[in-house]
Amino acid sequence: MACGCNCGEDELTKQLDIIIEPYKGKPSGLIQVLTKAQELIGYLPKWAQVRIAEGLGVSLQEVYGVVTFYAFFSLIPRGRHKISVCAGTACYVKGTKTVLKTLREAIDIKPGQTTPDSRFTLEIVRCIGACGLAPAMIIDGKDVHGRLEPEQIPEILEKYA
Amino acid sequence: MKSLDELAKIKESMQEVLKVREGVPSAEYKAHIMVCGGQGCISSNCKDVVDALKESLKKNGIEKDVKLILTGCMGPCDMGPVMIVYPDATFYRRVKPKDAEAIVEEHIMKGNPVTRLLYRAPGAKEPTQSVHDIDLFKKQLKIVLRNTIYIDPLSIEEYIGRDGYAALGKALTQMKPEEVVETVKKAGLRGRGGAGFSTGMKWGFTASAKGSPKYVVCNGDEGDPGAFMDRSILEGDPHSVVEGMTICGYAIGAEQGYVYVRAEYPLAIERLSRAIEKAREFGMLGKNIFDAGFNFDIEIRIGAGAFVCGEETALLTSIEGKRGEPRPRPPFPAQSGVFGKPTVINNVETWASISPIILKGADWFASIGTEKCKGTKVFALAGRINNTGIVEVPMGTTLREIVYEIGGGIPRKKQFKAVQTGGPSGGCIPAEHLDTPVDYESLGALGAIMGSGGMIVMDEDTCMVDIAKFFLDFVVDESCGKCSPCRIGTKRMYEILERITTGEGKEGDIELLEELATTIKATALCGLGQTAPNPVLSTIRYFRNEYEEHIKDKKCAANVCEFKE
Ligand SMILES: Cc1cc2nc3c(=O)[nH]c(=O)nc-3n(C[C@H](O)[C@H](O)[C@H](O)COP(=O)(O)O)c2cc1C
Ligand code: FES
Repeated sequence: MACGCNCGEDELTKQLDIIIEPYKGKPSGLIQVLTKAQELIGYLPKWAQVRIAEGLGVSLQEVYGVVTFYAFFSLIPRGRHKISVCAGTACYVKGTKTVLKTLREAIDIKPGQTTPDSRFTLEIVRCIGACGLAPAMIIDGKDVHGRLEPEQIPEILEKYA
Repeated sequence: MKSLDELAKIKESMQEVLKVREGVPSAEYKAHIMVCGGQGCISSNCKDVVDALKESLKKNGIEKDVKLILTGCMGPCDMGPVMIVYPDATFYRRVKPKDAEAIVEEHIMKGNPVTRLLYRAPGAKEPTQSVHDIDLFKKQLKIVLRNTIYIDPLSIEEYIGRDGYAALGKALTQMKPEEVVETVKKAGLRGRGGAGFSTGMKWGFTASAKGSPKYVVCNGDEGDPGAFMDRSILEGDPHSVVEGMTICGYAIGAEQGYVYVRAEYPLAIERLSRAIEKAREFGMLGKNIFDAGFNFDIEIRIGAGAFVCGEETALLTSIEGKRGEPRPRPPFPAQSGVFGKPTVINNVETWASISPIILKGADWFASIGTEKCKGTKVFALAGRINNTGIVEVPMGTTLREIVYEIGGGIPRKKQFKAVQTGGPSGGCIPAEHLDTPVDYESLGALGAIMGSGGMIVMDEDTCMVDIAKFFLDFVVDESCGKCSPCRIGTKRMYEILERITTGEGKEGDIELLEELATTIKATALCGLGQTAPNPVLSTIRYFRNEYEEHIKDKKCAANVCEFKE
């Protein structure tokens, strides 16, 4: 997620340049740079895409094309915590629908949306490789919560302020 | 690394440690506790258990006599956190931090296993202590997963201790590149990513292709939703992939390899990166490996969440940093792959199979499995089944053996309905075909495919029409949009299924689905579209009555679909 401090665009630009540096003039590094840039900023605003395009020597159009192709990249700011509910086959068969329903009731947003207080972004993903623990979800790209029962949802959410 | 002698010395030095895990007590170590550190057990908080064990060992002053290791995935994910205590190979499941004291003070110090944590087979009165006696493990044959319950995935020394990099040494110092290709061909190894093409032939084509440099690529995209074999291999034994790729580099004359891993697998990426660093440090990657004048290195490329990127031509484009759209074949990657150069691309599991073949020989490998399918296959068992997790069995094992003997059957006395293999490109196999041996041809004949190894079990509470709709929804989402049969055709199929599952199905809908399916299969650009109709066709083939019930009686026997009033 975003770097956490309240640094402004200037500081972020500086850090972005450090990310770009090893890939200068190397178009094949585009996806790696975008991944790291999103880790830094939290999403991929236009100014960052412009900077990356210039740095790697590709057109802005190409950068935008790549950003919109891959589900991992986001063009809009996201909440502090990203809840990714798995809707892969194993999870679907074991009750993703109920988990999702409870979650949507708890935070009152649809998949793809962010809560008004910027606390949560909800998204649906296709398999996080925890199929043995279905139904599963992953929060902030690292905390896997498996064998989910709807009753556990409020307790889990509490851990993410 | 300059010589086989040097390698043998490292191997020798590890024997005191590794023999404990073969069941031989050691003067140096009282015990080894191997805690499963696969993603499944990590999310069941195995790290807290490790901390509690550490503390307990310290409190009792025996932390130096006991080796505590976090391994790769041991397989039985739903029993996590699991662990094995050596030398007696005791298997514990659902271990909590508060159990650490009993394990240390009762088992390790006094020799009395903690009965309440032992595994009990369904229906059995007595628990089973040794991992080697538990059906779930006993019925498996581990070639690809040869190391996962025995070594610390981060230790290159332990990998070497179990014959790691010996195959690379043998290939580089004793075999000509052509002999390596010939051995893989003769072994009969077929690609584990789904299509089952002969790996040796693929290498042969690339070796003889014009153009340089050449590249070696590992497909670690694992897009099938419901499959996690490749992740387990990368997390549990990353060196086996590094070694397999390096051997191929020598065989085809390449100096650069890429591993493409999905961003959703951070732990796999981390362990693989560390394995690559260690391999460089030990001279298994880099310049002049084994003093044979051969250079090779590997870079990781991270996939950013597009199912189509598992398709080889799309993956290769994605490595170049572009939109991962597939392109027509030919030319095949063997002629024109990454950056337009000759490229071998194989699946993670295929790579992990290479070293044993080189080391033990083609005949050994070819003696396992069926006539047309050699070796073993790793499956990820999930869905409505008792033992979910990773298993490896010889080709030709029947579905029934996998689902009932290894998988422990269906929970809560429910009725088995189907097993789905091959993900969005595969099909659902009903109970009457449970005695089918798993191999590429037999599963294909049933309208399913072997696929990469995802196996999802469904019971009477699963609606097959809903499942067909689920897969179509997936494909509609993931279609890259480049060709219209896939982009528009699958959408039309989805709409028909949506109609049927909400009670608005019409006479003739089933036939319309079949017609669309046939057209899409014949005209789509890449494998994604060409196989997308399979889940629909196979459910119509075996569960046509469910479709008819939905359409005619507006009834869903599994109670899944909600009909409009
Ligand atoms: C839509 C689609 C998705 C695929 N996804 C994967 C995948 O996730 N992992 C994989 O290894 N192969 C996947 N494949 C197969 C690859 O195209 C290719 O056949 C494979 O990487 C070759 O390696 P192998 O010969 O070792 O199997 C996919 C194919 C298609 C058509
Ligand atoms: S299907 Fe949900 S984690 Fe794999």
